[in-house]
Amino acid sequence: METDSDVELAVRPAPHPWLVLREHAHLVPMISLGGALGALGRWGLAQAMPHPAGAWAWATLWTNLGGAFLLGLLMSCVLTVWAHTRYVRPLLGVGVLGGFTTFSTAELDTRGLVAAGHPGEALAYVATSVALGLVAIMLGLGLGSALLRRGRPRRVTP
Amino acid sequence: MTALLVLLGGAIGAPTRYLVDVVVQSRHDSVLPWGTISVNVAGSLLLGLVAGLTYVSDAPTWALTLVGTGFCGALTTFSTFSYETVRLAEAGRWRAATGNVVISLVLGLVAVAIGWELGTL
Repeated sequence: METDSDVELAVRPAPHPWLVLREHAHLVPMISLGGALGALGRWGLAQAMPHPAGAWAWATLWTNLGGAFLLGLLMSCVLTVWAHTRYVRPLLGVGVLGGFTTFSTAELDTRGLVAAGHPGEALAYVATSVALGLVAIMLGLGLGSALLRRGRPRRVTP
Repeated sequence: MTALLVLLGGAIGAPTRYLVDVVVQSRHDSVLPWGTISVNVAGSLLLGLVAGLTYVSDAPTWALTLVGTGFCGALTTFSTFSYETVRLAEAGRWRAATGNVVISLVLGLVAVAIGWELGTL
């Protein structure tokens, strides 16, 4: 028993959670600032597009699709031209867009549709959210890399 | 006032998501993003609970705004869930990508329903 766990540890030493937390703690202020702004934006959009109980939550859907598109766009830059930056991804990606988009509200909206006796609409809402969310990410990534290609100075070939 | 509660909840929820994610990700070797799955399921459970409590009782709506809209909304994330799914698919890991979608949605819906039932007991 003990030998087994020693072998396991030798193969893959997982760092103590406390060490992991300490290593990442310096990013908390940036993520916190971004998360506050993202949540405010989501709330503002929900106020502007209220939906009755048991109906499609368009505000949540648009928030999530818009946030997914922007995350795709951001990641195409973070993985390339902004690869050297330390705070862009924590502030804008983890913070603003992570705080802006929401998984829990979409699930609560879905539960509401089921509870209101519209299981078909609930399924359609979930399928639409996920399918278009993936499309939004790919559109963002694609647009980002297209813009980066255009922005790059053309190499003069001899 | 309501806006301040949303700001406060978001300011706590987003870094909580990040810290939970890095700790969970440091403790498994699977290609599935269990960190994001964890926060999304936990946030769905809590949101269901708070929404249920507010629905049946005289629980103050500011609690739903702070904990539900602010904290749970920022603790959970749809953009990262979608991004990680696309990354798995791009890497040719179709089973993991599909698994991530199914696991996240099913566990999230079960969690929000359990939370709601507990809140409306």
